[in-house]
Amino acid sequence: MSLSYSCNGHICENLLVMDSFVRFLKEREQEQLIKILSFLFYIFRHDDLKEMLDSNKDSLKLEAMKRIVAMIARGKNASDLFPAVVKNVACKNIEVKKLVYVYLVRYAEEQQDLALLSISTFQRGLKDPNQLIRASALRVLSSIRVTIIVPIMMLAIKEAASDMSPYVRKTAAHAIPKLHSLDPEQKDQLIEVIEKLLADKTTLVAGSVVMAFEEVCPDRIDLIHKNYRKLCNLLIDVEEWGQVVIINMLTRYARTQFLNPNESLLEESSEKAFYASDDEEDEDKKAEVTTLEKRKPYVMDPDHRLLLRNTKPLLQSRNAAVVMAVAQLYFHLAPKAEVGIIAKALGMFEPYLKSFYIRSTDPTQIKILKLEVLTNLANEANISTILREFQTYIKSMDKDFVAASIQAIGRCATNIGEVRDTCLNGLVQLLSNRDELVVAESVVVIKKLLQMQPEQHSDIIKHMAKLIDNIQVPMARASILWLIGEYCEHVPKIAPDVLRKMAKSFTNEEDIVKLQIINLAAKLYLTNSKQTKLLTQYVLNLAKYDQNYDIRDRARFIRQLIVPTDKSGALNKYAKKLFLALKPAPVLESPFKDRDHFQLGSLSHLLNAKAAGYQELPDWPESAPDPSVRNVEVKDSVCAERTVLTGPEGAGVLLLQTTRGSSNILFHVLLHHSHSEQSSGAEDRKRGRKAVKNQKSASESESESESSESEDESEEESEEESESDTDVRKNKTIAPSGSIKMYELLHRITGEGLAVEYCFSRQPFSPDPNMVAVQIQFTNNTNSETKNLHIEDPRLQSGMRIREFAEIGLQPSESVTVVMGIDFCDSTQAANFQLCTHTRKFFVSIQPPVGELMTPTFLTENNFKKEQGERTSAHSRFNTHSCPTDCSFSSKHLSFFSSYVVVTPPPPPSAPVYRFAGKTVSSGCLVLVTVTTKEGGGAQLTVNCEKMVIGTMLVKDILQALSQ
Amino acid sequence: MIHSLFLISNAGDLFLEKHWKSVISRSVCDYFFEAREKAVEPDNVPPVIRTPHHYLINIYREKIFFVSVIQTEVPPLFVIEFLHRVAETFQDYFGECSETTIKDNVVIVYELLEEMLDNGFPLATESNILKELIRPPTILRSMVNTITGSSNVGETLPTGQLSTIPWRRAGVKYTSNEAYFDVVEEIDAILDKSGTAVFAEIQGVIDACVKLSGMPDLTLSFMNPRLLDDVSFHPCVRYKRWESERVISFIPPDGNFQLMSYHISAQNLVAIPVYVKQNISFFETGSSGRLDITVGPKQTMGKTLECLVVTVHMPKVVLSANLSATQGTYNYDPVTKILVWDIGKLNPQKLPNLKGSLSLQSGAPKPEENPSLNIDLKIQQLAISGLKVNRLDVYGEKYKPFKGVKYVTKAGKFQVRT
Repeated sequence: MSLSYSCNGHICENLLVMDSFVRFLKEREQEQLIKILSFLFYIFRHDDLKEMLDSNKDSLKLEAMKRIVAMIARGKNASDLFPAVVKNVACKNIEVKKLVYVYLVRYAEEQQDLALLSISTFQRGLKDPNQLIRASALRVLSSIRVTIIVPIMMLAIKEAASDMSPYVRKTAAHAIPKLHSLDPEQKDQLIEVIEKLLADKTTLVAGSVVMAFEEVCPDRIDLIHKNYRKLCNLLIDVEEWGQVVIINMLTRYARTQFLNPNESLLEESSEKAFYASDDEEDEDKKAEVTTLEKRKPYVMDPDHRLLLRNTKPLLQSRNAAVVMAVAQLYFHLAPKAEVGIIAKALGMFEPYLKSFYIRSTDPTQIKILKLEVLTNLANEANISTILREFQTYIKSMDKDFVAASIQAIGRCATNIGEVRDTCLNGLVQLLSNRDELVVAESVVVIKKLLQMQPEQHSDIIKHMAKLIDNIQVPMARASILWLIGEYCEHVPKIAPDVLRKMAKSFTNEEDIVKLQIINLAAKLYLTNSKQTKLLTQYVLNLAKYDQNYDIRDRARFIRQLIVPTDKSGALNKYAKKLFLALKPAPVLESPFKDRDHFQLGSLSHLLNAKAAGYQELPDWPESAPDPSVRNVEVKDSVCAERTVLTGPEGAGVLLLQTTRGSSNILFHVLLHHSHSEQSSGAEDRKRGRKAVKNQKSASESESESESSESEDESEEESEEESESDTDVRKNKTIAPSGSIKMYELLHRITGEGLAVEYCFSRQPFSPDPNMVAVQIQFTNNTNSETKNLHIEDPRLQSGMRIREFAEIGLQPSESVTVVMGIDFCDSTQAANFQLCTHTRKFFVSIQPPVGELMTPTFLTENNFKKEQGERTSAHSRFNTHSCPTDCSFSSKHLSFFSSYVVVTPPPPPSAPVYRFAGKTVSSGCLVLVTVTTKEGGGAQLTVNCEKMVIGTMLVKDILQALSQ
Repeated sequence: MIHSLFLISNAGDLFLEKHWKSVISRSVCDYFFEAREKAVEPDNVPPVIRTPHHYLINIYREKIFFVSVIQTEVPPLFVIEFLHRVAETFQDYFGECSETTIKDNVVIVYELLEEMLDNGFPLATESNILKELIRPPTILRSMVNTITGSSNVGETLPTGQLSTIPWRRAGVKYTSNEAYFDVVEEIDAILDKSGTAVFAEIQGVIDACVKLSGMPDLTLSFMNPRLLDDVSFHPCVRYKRWESERVISFIPPDGNFQLMSYHISAQNLVAIPVYVKQNISFFETGSSGRLDITVGPKQTMGKTLECLVVTVHMPKVVLSANLSATQGTYNYDPVTKILVWDIGKLNPQKLPNLKGSLSLQSGAPKPEENPSLNIDLKIQQLAISGLKVNRLDVYGEKYKPFKGVKYVTKAGKFQVRT
């Protein structure tokens, strides 16, 4: 690196120094010289970089940092540059700064003292107004693994956990496990922070804090209770990685909190069997009583259901880890009947059999897995197809795979009795395969199969006995010998001969083969001692002097057991029984069994060994823990129904118009004063209840509300009015009044005397509740009668509908009002149509402002919050916008959207929250508006609506209205 | 979670390392190299390797091994998905993900990795967010940067990070608004000796290139949505609309992205566009063999087959091939034992044929199994499943965008057994 910058003066100097050293050391030994040279090089090698870092130019610094980072990336040591680099931590250039951070995090652990120099910069960064800088300062600070700064980190994390910016809070969540691994003693304090962050309502934080929870205190499930429902509801909007972590955690949580949904089924069936017996009737009855007492019918906890319901759509995620997480959740938590839904996403069950057919180009581990699936799916119905498929696999060039295929055939044969013979025949054919490995594997599998019914297969045993001459694979030889020994009675002539051959080759055999030769000898000695006595003696003698002590021991033991001597006691009599006892046939098992106890899809499950940090999946509890722990207290539940509405005179209603004159969104700001906040709860409630009933009156009040600009006045009035109001709740809509803006449909001049105006009457359109009522006023300014006034040729966007008004006629200077309905499909697309008279046609169009697409609904605060939660979960993307700080929303206005006030909870004195609900006319989609005012005059507006567009436009319009 | 990442070339050169927690010596990769050697083929390296103190989870992509080091329990798929996301991000940034491009852009790579994980947990993986944090390199920009000294690093928090639409950045502006969709279907099939399909299914994706200003809300509908029953979506797609109306409603990310992928496995729906007549035989004596392959069109829906390539992985004993092709060129690589016959466009009047002899290693036994043939092909303007896009509606914005849909069918894992 330094050579490329040799033009640099510094380097030339260095070279000169080195040169003089070389001269000085000329007489020294070569080796030492080289050592010293390399040492010198080490000292000076990064001088050019240091100089660049010290320069004033950012571009030079950047270049130096880039080269240093490239060194780090390649794994080269750049630690000697630490002092030069750390100086630049406060560099103005953001890229230099970032690269310095990269360097710092990499080497801080090695250079703790120097690293401390940078801390103050980060502390400053933590206070920066730019959230990205605050966050990255915290990221780096918490990544510097220097114990001495633990208290500083702790403080920084605590502060960041209550930062305004969710991004900074997310970073705080990330920093928690870092600090925990640096100093586990901070655990208690960190748990407090986790608890705080778990209560965070933003999706950005949720995944990260659950991650921190899993690393720091995975056993503290009590922290989850209060956040459980929120996490379930947020889940769909959390980023993918967070989803995986949350789902895995919730799986564990659910296993501790809910009852096993499959338990009841099991017990039911056992009960039925129980009742089936007619004996012991008395006992039966007793049992009946006790079971009835004990067991209530299983009802799934609604929270359990919530989790299952909210995770299900994630099966459609593009991220395989998310799909797997949901699949394992269903596997571990769902009633058996519902587990099927994951099958399609994972392609796991029988209909998908063919998806597991193997291609020669699949990687080996995939082939083995597919083979495993195929074997598990095999049943009487499909076994012939599967076996045919297996036959092609046996011919593969991948020998590991062939071996696995042969084992798979063996497993199919043991599991499905019908095909055992077919399989066996197939495997016997493989015995003549050219490839020894194939033969060997077949022998091993055949041995296992034969054990199930040896009588019928003596010819196969004979065939295999012949193989012993050729086959060299030790495992296969051992298997054949064992077979012959075990079934020597089926091959009485061949067996002694095989023993003879083996005795000859004994010394050259592998250990496992030797052991089987001894076994064979012993068994033959017991059944056919006449022919084999000497051979056995010979083999046992050879074994006695074998190098392997296991073989020597075995020989000694067997000799004592089978050869009768004076000393050999009672066992001798039973030798035959001992050796030739009927042995149970082996069960051919999946290599993948025995890992059920691990959580599906975990690393531990894959490796079938517990990995560090694995959290056991707990068993279902016997009885359900108290579900109420998950209830979230609504601090102001008493006041939930308290609704402040304007009185009939609506003094407090202020009409706002958006800047776009055409799209007039009614925006009422109900004036609100501190007085009402202070008033007693009871009074508030009373007033509220009444107020709810008066929704209708709001409309009537509009004319006045418009005029009443004075805030203080209006408040008082509104209070009084609501008190005095009577029950008028039935009619929730707002009667058209002068205050409603009229739009021009047809100008008097273009209309040749016919003037048409329209307004949105905000009343339900009775013939079709999904339509927006449009009130049209025709005025005939001519001197002649206008006849046959009707609508023709509507040109509408797909889905939009129009309900025309009945044909009318107009006398000269008469004015007639009609109402028509338009289903705008909840869009602001214009409805175009022709207005026809008996003589003329006029093209006109009606375009609704977004606010006119909604009607009010009444929700209690609790319902509102619940809906809001569900809206979020229902995959709606709600927009969050911050109002400009100078907007009129500061602290005196209680806003009220499209004249539909729903709930105004008692605002906490500093930061009141206002909520409004409505629904779209066409599809009945809920629209929720929340305005959170902040200290210092700002306000945040949140609109939740499944219809993205509506939401976005509404936000735009409201903001515009407010900024006026 | 993810402790460290090592990038290792196919040749075994460890050319990049990145640690998100304390440094782990690169000697941990020795376990990987051991497994790599044992596996022979790079594809056969086990994805999870256990070492005494760590777990190595790796993927092999574009001739690079992405080897991550794990110390504690984590769903392996989580790591594998993440590694793929890293590779995709590189591809997105540098046009291709290769050893050379990574080495050339090592600083950006490092900056990206720094943003993508924090303490081993994913922080920002959305392309749109990353691009606001670290701008992708272009020639113009690097020139401007060298002159002005400005940098590739953004100074403010990307808007996507805070919104619930993290995949889209705010304030997107285009002079010409366009939205293009590519319906790409791949046929995965296994044909047996006689040419009948043992198994066939379609893996489809819809790739989108959406360059629209503002916050458009798109709705894509199909003529025959019933075809699709196993689908996965980009996070921007609203599941609910799909469930209830079978339309794809979404606010798109800016630029290129994969909107959805689907899977059609019903046998009767999968047309096999090509047939292969083949005869490969090895003789017992004389160390030779014969090969004769003819390719012809089957259910092509009247479209032309293009980019037809037949690949054969020959047994180890095949030393050379002396063949003649009536169309296209063939090449046999005696080292990898792969025979590639590049046919090109299929002419139904004159079917391409490859014929000739193979010479085997003398003395070696003749191969047990005949090699299977892998087919590559392409059909333009056709989605073999018959899937058709009905219309694309844009809501929320006033402009009328250019819209376009392109269909293409390819062979996926298309294998003919012999």
